[in-house]
Parts: sequence; structure tokens; C-alpha cells
Amino acid sequence: MSTEQIAQVVDAKGLACPMPIVKTAQAVKGLASGQLLEVLATDAGSTKDFAAWAKVTGNELVEQTVEGGVYRFVLRKK
Amino acid sequence: MTAIAEPDATVVAEPAPAAAPAAAPEAEAPPRDILIICYSGELEKIWAAMILATTGAAMGAKVRVFLTFWGLQAFVKDEVRITGDNTMQKMMSFMQRPGISHRKLSKMNFLGMGPWMMKKLAKQYNAASPKELLEIAQSMGVEFMPCQMTMEMFGLKKGDMIDGLGEPVGAATVIALMQGGDAPLFI
Repeated sequence: MSTEQIAQVVDAKGLACPMPIVKTAQAVKGLASGQLLEVLATDAGSTKDFAAWAKVTGNELVEQTVEGGVYRFVLRKK
Repeated sequence: MTAIAEPDATVVAEPAPAAAPAAAPEAEAPPRDILIICYSGELEKIWAAMILATTGAAMGAKVRVFLTFWGLQAFVKDEVRITGDNTMQKMMSFMQRPGISHRKLSKMNFLGMGPWMMKKLAKQYNAASPKELLEIAQSMGVEFMPCQMTMEMFGLKKGDMIDGLGEPVGAATVIALMQGGDAPLFI
């Protein structure tokens, strides 16, 4: 569990592909390097999608959990 | 709370140390631009093109969409009903209504019943419509290039088309982008 402060939260619950990733990319744009973004999603494909997105864009996937069907991702802007 | 996977914290595009630039040239190749050739005008294909365009932009890729034939017709403004100068061009737009919100399905169209059901399902499952995705794509810097030849053959004017399209180009531009290393996608 990260103790650092989350700079912004994206609530993408209920949204289908590709909106969780699109909203994440849009939100990351507004962050400074090193800041953390939390994303909440219910799209079951997002587990693999966020790993792929982080790998390709170079942003770090710090944390990935699931609770009650809600996927939570914490990403650090590169 | 259950951890579902080891976070993949690998940074892929780390610059090579200055001392050994020739060590792994392949691994340092910049990500490829994406070139979507949007040829078909059916609802599901325009939809797929818009999903991939927005996702490509979200993944940090430069995305270009070449609009040609029926694919170009989908990027006429929704409110424009009849396009073209001569009877045949006008008839074509009469038989196949232009605009991204007026697409037909390639299968199960059933006089509009199929697309109606598809849109209802999309709403139910919170899937963004092609029009919404198009607006997002444009806001994320996806470049749309109309095909000059289709513009002329269909009698389409700049004013018929949605705002924000690039200058019309030809096939040579498309091929040159492919030769330059763009990942091409023909939809």
C-alpha cells in the first residue's frame, strides 16, 4: 500500500473499453512527473490494458488491486 | 483487498547509456506511428476505427486516419443530408446517408433495427459511441486526412465535412507513411 499522496482520481467505473484508458491518458497529461494517479474501473479487460498502457507509455503501474469487482490502479507519471 | 497481479514497473523506453549506444539499437527503436486507413463506412467498422484511434493516442502514439471511399462519407457532418454536384453523386448520398451518426451495420441491419439495437446496447453497457470517440480522438490530436480522389468522385465539399479535418491527400502520402514505418491498419 502506497503511503504517498494521490494527486488525482479517475472514476472510470461502469465505462467500457477504451474509455478507462482514454480517461487515464487525458488525466496523466495534467499531472507533473512523479505524481500519482488513481484509477477505478469495472471493465474486466482493464487489468491487462493498464499493464500494457504503462509498459508502452513508460508511466509506472505502482499498484493494482481488485475489490468487489472494482479494479484500482495507482500510476506514477514518468 | 486482493492483489491480482505483480505490477509491471518496467520502463521500456529508457534511453541507452551514452557509453554504449550501439549495444541494442533494436530495443531503443521509437514507438511506431499508427496509420488507420478508414475505408468502410459501416457502423461497426467506423466504431472499431475510432476505438483504435483514441486508444492509440492514449498509448502515446501519433495516430493518423486516412479517410477514403465509404469511410470518408462517414465524416460528412451529421446534419448534411444530400451531397454531390450531379445526379449520381446526389443519389449515392440519398441511398447511403452520410454522417457518423447515420451508419448502417454490415450484417443484421434490418432497415435500421440492427443499428438501433446496437446503440441501445452501447448505452446500456456504457460504450462510447463512434461520434463521442471521434470528438475525443480529435481532442487528443489524432489527425484525419481526407482522400482527395474520393472528395472529387463523391462531389464532397470542404463545407460538407466535419470540422478539424486535415488537407485532402492522395495514396502516395499513405504509402509514404507506411514506408516510413507507420503501423498500417486497413478498416
